[in-house]
Parts: sequence; structure tokens; C-alpha cells
Amino acid sequence: MGRTLFEKIWEEHVVASPDGEPTLIYIDLHLVHEVTSPQAFDGLRLNGRTVRRPDRTLATADHNVPTDPISTPVKDPVSRRQLEALEANCHEFGITVFPRGHENQGIVHVIGPELGVTQPGMTIVCGDSHTSTHGAFGSLAFGIGTSEVEHVLATQTLPQQRARTMAVIVNGQAPADVSAKDIVLAIVAELGTGGGAGYVIEYRGEAITALSMEGRMTICNMSIEAGARAGLVAVDETTIDYLRGRPGVPEGDEFEVLADRWRSYVSDADAEFDAELTIDASQLVPFITWGTNPAQVVALSGVVPSPDEYDDPDAKGTTERSLAYMGLAPGTLVRDIPVDVVFIGSCTNSRIEDLRAAAAVASGNRVAEGVRALVVPGSHRVKKQAEEEGLDQIFLDAGFEWREPGCSMCLGMNPDQLKMGQRSASTSNRNFEGRQGRGGRTHLVSPVVAAATAIKGRFATPDEVGS
Amino acid sequence: MKPVRILEGHAVPLERSDVDTDQIIPSDWLKRVERTGFGRGLFSEWRDDPTFVLNDQSYVGASILIAGPRFGTGSSREHAVWALMDYGFVAVIAPSFGDIFRNNSSKQGLVIVQLPQEDVDQLTQLVKDEPTRLVVVDVEHLRVEVPETGWQRSFDLDPMTRERLLNGWDDIGLTMRRESAITRYEATSHAPTLAGVFDEDGHTG
Ligand code: SF4
Repeated sequence: MGRTLFEKIWEEHVVASPDGEPTLIYIDLHLVHEVTSPQAFDGLRLNGRTVRRPDRTLATADHNVPTDPISTPVKDPVSRRQLEALEANCHEFGITVFPRGHENQGIVHVIGPELGVTQPGMTIVCGDSHTSTHGAFGSLAFGIGTSEVEHVLATQTLPQQRARTMAVIVNGQAPADVSAKDIVLAIVAELGTGGGAGYVIEYRGEAITALSMEGRMTICNMSIEAGARAGLVAVDETTIDYLRGRPGVPEGDEFEVLADRWRSYVSDADAEFDAELTIDASQLVPFITWGTNPAQVVALSGVVPSPDEYDDPDAKGTTERSLAYMGLAPGTLVRDIPVDVVFIGSCTNSRIEDLRAAAAVASGNRVAEGVRALVVPGSHRVKKQAEEEGLDQIFLDAGFEWREPGCSMCLGMNPDQLKMGQRSASTSNRNFEGRQGRGGRTHLVSPVVAAATAIKGRFATPDEVGS
Repeated sequence: MKPVRILEGHAVPLERSDVDTDQIIPSDWLKRVERTGFGRGLFSEWRDDPTFVLNDQSYVGASILIAGPRFGTGSSREHAVWALMDYGFVAVIAPSFGDIFRNNSSKQGLVIVQLPQEDVDQLTQLVKDEPTRLVVVDVEHLRVEVPETGWQRSFDLDPMTRERLLNGWDDIGLTMRRESAITRYEATSHAPTLAGVFDEDGHTG
């Protein structure tokens, strides 16, 4: 029987598989940021340990960098301490680090791919659950906790239980107004927040292969929202074309040799998955989350659901609580819900294609009165590229704020936060209570819906705004 | 970490499902660079509410948390485990858990007890009837008991997690016993490294 992509990568990385213990797997690339690493470095120091492979470790500041101009100091003393600790730790242990303002700095899951250090067939970890993003390159990438960060720093390995495999097959062609974000919201809604638990999902099917690398990253990014350990997309020419010429890959023949090896990172035709889910892309529409978990999804053209739609008392209760927190009445037309803030950013949707799509909607329009709209590029490289294309000017002319890169309002660790009761349309990945600021109400949407919503001041699709 | 064999204490029922790690410890607490002090941030969004169960005098000093299904889903933050332990919890009993949370817990010595929903409901009732009842989590025999009532259930832990808890083994030390296997692996690996990609200041050529 053939092997799945997951099995190929897994088997290639087994260092030891002692009886009765988890398998010890080798980690090819370890990405580090300021929030989940200081205690790990502390642990190393405490035990007199070193970083085994600084040449397989890369660090960037992202989670709590302010998105104000670089010349403004970091006001929050705690954030400043974490940012300083990251730099100091990396220097002490010999790790390449991109501090705030560095040309390569950005959200960890944006910079790995754009620098070409995320490569097919690799095992990649980071102390952040959205590490699954890198799976778009046919690499096994997953989030780890701080003590695992310490473990990888010290040993470049990780004891792991082998995951089960799930194929999520998205057949057919998605309608033109449906983006990668809508596809993944549909998948999360279908699987539920726990449906992927214990699995590594491989996304397959025409609608997935038709996506650009950036679209695939958006899909893999939210695997964790369905509870999955990781997401994967098989390598194809789209993957290889994306990587060609990036700083982290060799040039010329050396690249082609590498690319040939990468082409083997696909599931064999006769490989079997432990579970399967099929979705018809042609039936998808623009989606939005209405509640406080990312599986609470409705069509943008739909209405806010009612607790009465559920028989299960647990689901009924969850729905009631979500509605109360979100300040929504069942049956409300989604398009009638006004927003206070629009956030275009995060490792889900802050890449150049996201910004281009949003700018195309914003172009020639104005952000609605009373709405604050932020655009936060995923990295300095994305920002620079967008500025070269004049996207910043389009956003600014339309009344959006054009910010410095970072995680920003995705989790509100920096000053970009929702205020109590404020409602946002956000291109990020989590709508948990308080995620974007205490008492804030988050609706997850695609970049084009976010842009249209900013202009209308209520949830809207691009066809509702002229451009 | 300290060896864990038998845990005895009072329990507190949270009676909420889908408590994700943002709820366990909100993100503004993630800014610390220390490993201690997170207990004050535990469930901090709810702690202001006088009716929240952790503010109920009858449960003061409880060391075992009983929660609803899907406890600890969401963000991978290990701070959630630090917060629970710093507050004084030594075990969490629930019908299901987030994967990363469960994993993080086993590394810190927080005991994760997964029981079917009806057993969790029964235990919740026993504790609510009489909050001073002693609850015992026996890691050695994989048993939860309320000795006073004779209520007793078995639970599962993977053998490795159990061994580690019983012996107080630290992860890195365990792996370092395999140093020669790692070195052998590295000699055969063809995965590119970052060598030569960035200069000293992180710039590319
Ligand atoms: S953008 Fe949001 S989800 Fe992505 S790494 Fe940053 S905080 Fe995590």
C-alpha cells in the first residue's frame, strides 16, 4: 500500500522509536518568537544547556510589537521586556533574530515562507499553534508549548505520538467571490472545533490545487481551528515556483535538484487515510463567523442562528452564551450588523495577495463614518512590496490606517485592541471571547469582505461597493 | 519536576464546556518573561464576577478542577498550565481536552483525567452536594475516587506520561540519553539548514 504525505515525512524524521515511548522525531526548522520563548531560554540557562542547532533556529519579534511607526518606542513595559529578552537570548545562544523594524521581521508564519526557509518535506515547529500554516508547502509543521520549545532548542528533536491522517477533499471549482478564507471557514464549520483532534489533515482536490501558495497557507493556517495537529498540501509546481529565487533556497542546478526531491512529497495514489471529508467547492459562498468559536459560521447572506435550531442541550447552551456575548439576536440579517472596527492582518490573511484583494475593493471608496479600519501587513517584506505597488496609498486614500507589521489585533497583545463591546470584522483566525480585547466581539471574514464591510459600515460583500 | 503518585484534595466544578486557553489565561498575561506568578491571571475574565465558582467560599483551597468537555482547546500557550498549577490545581478532570493542552500538562506534572461525561456529571454532583469531600486521583493505579462515598472510576494515561509523572522525569534529560541516535540521524539528514542564508545581522545577501 502507498503512503500518505504525512507518513513519508514522519518516517523520514524518526530518530528513535523506543518501545512504549513516543517516537523521537528530528526537527529541521525551529521558529521562535518573543512570547513563548523567554521561559524556554530561562530553562536552558537554569540547566546549563546550549542550543544544539542555531543553524536550524530562526527568531522574529511579532506578537506584541506595536504597529506604530518604528520611531515610536514600545510604551508597554512588559512588551518591551519580552522584545528585549528575545534579542538578548538570541544573541547569547547564537540564533539569527529579526527584531522590531528589521527588514526581515514579521509574523513568524509569514516570514518563514517568504524567506524560503519553509521548505517541502521538512519538520517545522514553533511555539505558536498556527505553525500549521507552513504545511501548505508539504512540510509537517505544528505548534508546540514552551517546554517543547526548550526541548527542541536543547536537542533539535521532539518526542511525538504519531497522528492519524485525514483527507479533506475540496472538489470542483469555487465561485469567483469565494476566497481561501471562505473555504477554510466552511471546513472548520463542517468538522467542528474538535473534529480534527488527533489528525493531520491533508487538503486535497481541485479547489485546493487551484489555490496560490498564499491561499493554501490561509487554509492550512486554520487547521488548528478544527482541532487538527497540522494541515498539509502536497507539493506541486505552484509550490516550487513560489520557492524559486527566495533567499533561503539555492540557485540554479542546485535548486532544481532540490525541487526534484520535493516533488516526491505527495501522497501515493493508493495511500489510505484514516478519515475523509469531501466538500463541494461550487456550493460555497462568502462566510462569516457569528459566535465565539471559529466553527460558528454562517453565509454572509444569511441570518444569525437561533438556539432553537439545536436539540443537543450542550449546543443550545453554547449558542445562547455565544449570542449573549456577541450581543446578537437570532434571526438578524448578517448584512444588517454594524461594525466598529475592521482589521485586515494576521498570519491568516496579511500577505500580498490578501492586501491586493482588499485594496481592489477599497479603491475609490471611503471607510464608513465612525469605523476604524486597520491594515497590518504580515511582514516588512509584504509592506515594502505593497508600497511598491501603491496599495498603501489606495488604503490611505480610502481612510484605512496603514500600519507596521506584526500580529497586532489578531490577539491584541499590543495596543491594537477592541474596546469593551466593540464589534470587529477581522481577517484573523480566532473569535474567542476577549481575543481582540476584553469584551470585544470578533467576526472572522475574508480580506475582501473585511474591506467591503469597512466601506459599508456593516457586513458586506465586494459586489455591494462600486470600485 | 516533582514525582506525582497520589493526589488528594478538594475539587471545584467549573461546569462550562469549551473553556479555551484564552479563557484560562488571557493573552495580556503572556507578556511575562518569568515562569511563576500566573495563578493570579487564571480565569481572570471571570474572577471579577462574585458568583464565579472560584469565588465561592465553599471551594476555597480546592486543588482538583472538574471541567466540561473540550477543556483547554485553542491557543497553544503553556501559560494555561502554569496558571492552573500556580493557582494550586494539581489535576483537571473533564470529558475531553485540547490536544496541545493535554500535552503541555503532562510535561509540567498537571494530571489530566479524562472520564466519560456521565462520570464527570456524577462527580460534579458529589462535590456540589458536599464540597468538603476529599477527592483522590491515584496516578499509580489510574483511579479517581471519592472515598467517603465509595465512588470510584478508572482512567487512562499513556504509559509514558504515567511513568514520567510517577518518577518526576524531565523531558530533555530523557531525550539526551539518545544523543548518539540524534548525531547519527544528523549525519544522514539532507534537510537544508540556515547556514549562509543570513549574515550576522540577519540580512540576506
Ligand atoms: S497573527 Fe495571530 S494567530 Fe498568527 S501568529 Fe500572530 S497571534 Fe498567532
